[in-house]
Amino acid sequence: MTAEALAAPAPADFDPGAEAARATAAILHDTLHGTERGVVVDSPPGAGKSTLVVRAALELAEAGRPLMVVAQTNAQVDDLVLRLAEKNPDLPVGRLHSSDADPYDKALDALESVRKSAKAADLAGQAVVLSTAAKWAHVTVDEPWRHAIVDEAYQMRSDSLLAVAGLFERALFVGDPGQLDPFATVGSEQWAGLAYDPSSSAVTTLLAHNPGLPQHRLPVSWRLPASAARLVSDAFYPYTPFRSGTDHGDRSLAFGVPSDGSGPDRVIDEAAVSGWGLLELPARHTPRTDPEAVRAVAAVVRRLLDREGRATSERSPDPAPLTAARIAVGTAHRDQAAAVRSALADLGAGEVTVDTANRLQGREYDVTVVLHPLSGRPDATAFHLETGRLCVLASRHRHACIVVCREGVAGLLDDYPSTEPVQLGTLVKFPDGWEANHAVLAHLAEHRVSA
Amino acid sequence: MSLITTLARLEAVRTGRAQPAATVRHRHLSDRPLVFVPLTTAGEAGAPLGALVGTDRDAPHLLVVPQPRDRDLRFAFLADLADIVLPHVEAYAESVEAAERTETDPETGKRVKVEVDLCADAAQLVVPSRAGIDFVRLLGRSMRFRRTAEQDPETPHPAPPRVPLLGRWLTHYGERARVPGSSLLLAMTDLLGRHWATGQSTLEDQHLGALLAWIAPEFSPEPGLTGAEAARRAELARDADGQLLCPPAGPATDPAFDNRLLAPAIERYDRARTALAAAEDGLEADERLGALTAAEREIRALVDSRTRPTWDAVWRGLDLLRELPEGAHAEERWTRDRWSFTSHRDRILAGEPPQPRRDDAVTAANKLATREREQARLEAQEALDDPLVMAGRRLSGEAFAGEVVDVVMAYSESKRPSPRPLVTVRTDDRPHLGERAKVYRSLGGKPQTAEYVGPAASDDGFGDGTGTGDGDGTGTGDGTRDGDGVLVLRIMDKMGRGKEPEAGSVPEKGDLVCFTLFEHEQRGGAKLPDPEQTPWTHGGPPGAAAAVPEAADAQTEEDVL
Repeated sequence: MTAEALAAPAPADFDPGAEAARATAAILHDTLHGTERGVVVDSPPGAGKSTLVVRAALELAEAGRPLMVVAQTNAQVDDLVLRLAEKNPDLPVGRLHSSDADPYDKALDALESVRKSAKAADLAGQAVVLSTAAKWAHVTVDEPWRHAIVDEAYQMRSDSLLAVAGLFERALFVGDPGQLDPFATVGSEQWAGLAYDPSSSAVTTLLAHNPGLPQHRLPVSWRLPASAARLVSDAFYPYTPFRSGTDHGDRSLAFGVPSDGSGPDRVIDEAAVSGWGLLELPARHTPRTDPEAVRAVAAVVRRLLDREGRATSERSPDPAPLTAARIAVGTAHRDQAAAVRSALADLGAGEVTVDTANRLQGREYDVTVVLHPLSGRPDATAFHLETGRLCVLASRHRHACIVVCREGVAGLLDDYPSTEPVQLGTLVKFPDGWEANHAVLAHLAEHRVSA
Repeated sequence: MSLITTLARLEAVRTGRAQPAATVRHRHLSDRPLVFVPLTTAGEAGAPLGALVGTDRDAPHLLVVPQPRDRDLRFAFLADLADIVLPHVEAYAESVEAAERTETDPETGKRVKVEVDLCADAAQLVVPSRAGIDFVRLLGRSMRFRRTAEQDPETPHPAPPRVPLLGRWLTHYGERARVPGSSLLLAMTDLLGRHWATGQSTLEDQHLGALLAWIAPEFSPEPGLTGAEAARRAELARDADGQLLCPPAGPATDPAFDNRLLAPAIERYDRARTALAAAEDGLEADERLGALTAAEREIRALVDSRTRPTWDAVWRGLDLLRELPEGAHAEERWTRDRWSFTSHRDRILAGEPPQPRRDDAVTAANKLATREREQARLEAQEALDDPLVMAGRRLSGEAFAGEVVDVVMAYSESKRPSPRPLVTVRTDDRPHLGERAKVYRSLGGKPQTAEYVGPAASDDGFGDGTGTGDGDGTGTGDGTRDGDGVLVLRIMDKMGRGKEPEAGSVPEKGDLVCFTLFEHEQRGGAKLPDPEQTPWTHGGPPGAAAAVPEAADAQTEEDVL
């Protein structure tokens, strides 16, 4: 069966809510009553991973099992603490933080049942203790935690799991295999092919040593609209397809101010109708911070704000205004993000989030504007071809995604097929970035507007 | 490739010679480096053909394997190599000074200072190219598990006494060379490539002859060539017999040399040897021994002719590098190399087994963490030591330099207010500063932290935020917004304990300052479990199997040599 066939339109009796509930029930059963030391959950973008983590944490706490939660960034930890407190304000939660200045979100100070400390000993007795992998690595305990939840486990490096795995007896590993792999700043070819290659992802090492662990998958993306789920599933998850929780027509994007006929306005209208838009600039080799492309990105954002957008979705019967907080710009490099930020500040839209793919992981917006990683480049390196980078950029939106790109990327891809050496013993990742890039480009070509 | 490197390469193309990529030397160079120029046999990985090795540029030792497929001759080569390399290494290993090291007391678990020996200097090994480093590693791997007759009287092919020890040292050097900024084992192409930017690709820079031709075209045998022309000559020019004028730096040899010169010479040697073995009386044997010696001498001359140009090139490269003053932090990194050298010496003295074939999970993770830390340390130190490197970081928005235009005293809001002066800096750089981003400057060799407050208020005419500069760093915009950036910073530390900052700890109006967005010093990583405590996620403890020293690869039927 091909990926195409797998991701065919949902049969009439497909009930996303029921499917997702069934998957969640199985995961919770294995976590609470299973015999294996670990459970792995793969989650596509926006499939309710955080909701699952919060629910599992609450049920484990209810069952009286001391729980530690390992996330990868402080923002992720704070977000989980806030969600836990929202679901159960009385649950004694511990937030273990670093001894730097401003180590956690100030919003945590308002929560009565949340205790914060830089020392793990101060948090003994809290039902749930949460921190980053980096902080947990400095903790030593006499008695390990009965249970752990490792969030964003595919973005965690094997060596940081090694540093914390002695702290818990059993664990639930949750993550998105399609997003960016962890990386090392120095070469690590020396260990390629070893099951415990320290630069590989935590899940890769875990499963290599424990192949019998139960693996689950969340089948429904609640974030991605029907227009995007199909493409993202086909291009990035061909062997583990998922569907959107909403159908075509469940969401819509409308604008109060009509188009002025310019490139940005036409691509906005195309994206509002189809969920995708490609604003194509003439072919040219440029520096990374291509001034024209940066200006085009900024112009699209400005027009999105000016045209009084209203987003209608299953969340509420009334349309919600498309504000700056609901828009984000994604780039491949930090200097590109800085250039876009500066251009947006010039247009008075400085409050719109602009970040790299790495930092946008796990975030959600109504509309995203993406500077294509290969736009204007003379070459396509492994960095730019990485599947996860494009996947993150193309899966942050609830309504529409607008890509700004120079012409000629398809030809560039053909000039630079993947040539990474194959290492014995390593799992070859499918699909490769080259193929995924082509798949996305082919789809975007149907929604092309010339600048 | 960073923007400044691209610019330097473009300039090299335009001027016809390499451009400096550094103003100081960022690697320590020993007064007596041991230079090693090996050649290997085509089609037979790890079968050395010969080498030039030594510390005297005018008198290298020439080692040759006249029949590389003969294991006895190979062992003789390795034994000779051990006789040259090991005394050099051991001379350094014997001279020690007292030093302090922090260790965990096994009884109390506390960190205590202990006095230990630290080698006063370490032996430095220089090879021509990166492939040479790989060859050192390969030699190390092929030797360290060998057994000598003394260790194991039963072993079928006992190695000469000191060969396994040489294997352990070469393995250590090869492994240390993977640590960024280390200088125990250096490749000349990497060294030169770090300090000069040529007008060719980094791949082409791995040809030592071509790289030197760009840096010093005047050394080319043909005068008046540009760098590009001289490099092309070094790569491609051949004599009337079809042999390269500038032989590759190895260890691989040129196929034309293999086919037309080396193969016939080895064949003559083989025939002479067979003939000698078949000699029927002493007189005949004497005569045939003469023929064998002549055949061997011929191969020696061939190997010498192909390694000598590279040998000279390595020393010329050392001359060029020695003209640069050593960077301020290079000595500190060399001290780390000395610690590494000393710890390996101690492991050998303690009778520990050779390095295992593969790292266990904990060792691998520790090595990766160390190398990432050293990489960050190296990048920071090179920038601090060298204004040209810092210029590259400034150009990419990771640092900024400028003049202090205003200093306003302010205090922290706490029970005991501490000084938190606001310093206004005018810069032409375009740093990528986020809200409350931390920046650092070097104050007497220690990093001082400041926090980015924001652009200066617009009433002074700067940073009004309405300019039309496109902020892309390409210079096409008018740059009125970013070009005259005026930034306000809040100094956070290194001002002493008092209410008033210590003298000299706060920049003054008119001072030229340089702040970086990257940290100057690296924090130590988390402690990983001991290998015996490897958790279930990583396969559990390595167990008893790993405790037995590994044997060398067993002979198989495919081992025809």
